[in-house]
Amino acid sequence: MSAVLFFIAAIGAIAGAIAVVMLRNPFYNVLALVCHLISLAALFLLLRAEFVAAAQVVVYAGAVMVLYVFVVAYVGGADEPLHRHGAALKVLGPLFGAALAVELCIAMLGTALKGISSKGAPYIFGFGTPKHIGTLFLTTYLFPFEVASLLLMVAAMGAVVLARRRRGLDAAGGEEAAIRIHRPAYTGTMHETTGIEGGGGTVSQPEYENQREPIGSQTAPQRGDGHTEGGW
Amino acid sequence: MAIGWYLTVSAIIFAIGAIGVLVRPNPLVILLCLELMLNAANLALVAFARMWGGEAGQIFALIVMVVAACEVTVGLGLIVAIYRRQLAMDVDELSELHG
Repeated sequence: MSAVLFFIAAIGAIAGAIAVVMLRNPFYNVLALVCHLISLAALFLLLRAEFVAAAQVVVYAGAVMVLYVFVVAYVGGADEPLHRHGAALKVLGPLFGAALAVELCIAMLGTALKGISSKGAPYIFGFGTPKHIGTLFLTTYLFPFEVASLLLMVAAMGAVVLARRRRGLDAAGGEEAAIRIHRPAYTGTMHETTGIEGGGGTVSQPEYENQREPIGSQTAPQRGDGHTEGGW
Repeated sequence: MAIGWYLTVSAIIFAIGAIGVLVRPNPLVILLCLELMLNAANLALVAFARMWGGEAGQIFALIVMVVAACEVTVGLGLIVAIYRRQLAMDVDELSELHG
């Protein structure tokens, strides 16, 4: 029974991995990775790592992949070329990968470790359960746990700093132009109420259509169709 | 199933991820392939933890998941920044660091 489950999960994981590399649309790539992660969680369950499997499904296939889907939807998931322009890597890349797979298999299966051909250590009841892992995280492995939380906080702050809209890059009044979309008369923003700048609803049409991001707009002519990105 | 089977699957997934990083031009797909490689390493860690009956491998696998989540947030922030600057989504064209 466990052999059947192993082969189903392993084939799912490998097929998902191949689909991540081979499909052209980034949206399908993300969905293939979700299939891969769920198959991998089944493998974790077969290895009696219950908490790791649950975290894999909840955190990875749930939260992280939702982040990916949002970014793909923001950037635009258009079909794209599968290979790079230089054709050398098109041939050499899969060759290198095949060599790496063979080498890793030889290195791991050719060792003198006796446990590799066994089914593993005798199972102790409670191994890998959330209680077991949680106790270990708060006693023996407390320091890695705290370092991981610090790392998560630094990464969250770094993502906000990286993805925010930089003020110096916009033209003067670029953010105000983004606010000044079509608005009925006698409606305004808090910004105007305080008397800093008024008259948002009466701005003429071509004034904000001419404003676009000044930097790099000539390097990607297929996107320079005059739309301005709205700020957050 | 013997532990060696799990290690073989892990090696194959790692190699597929490495191929993807080498071949694909889109930075978003390269991040996905990095996830594949990290997950292959996770599978090997959990398999070794099962082999020895120790728990350190599972703890390390969870830490790897945390590091992967951090890598994803920073990488996706970079991709959003690239898109905002209207640069091409191609790692061959993004080979210079200066803005």
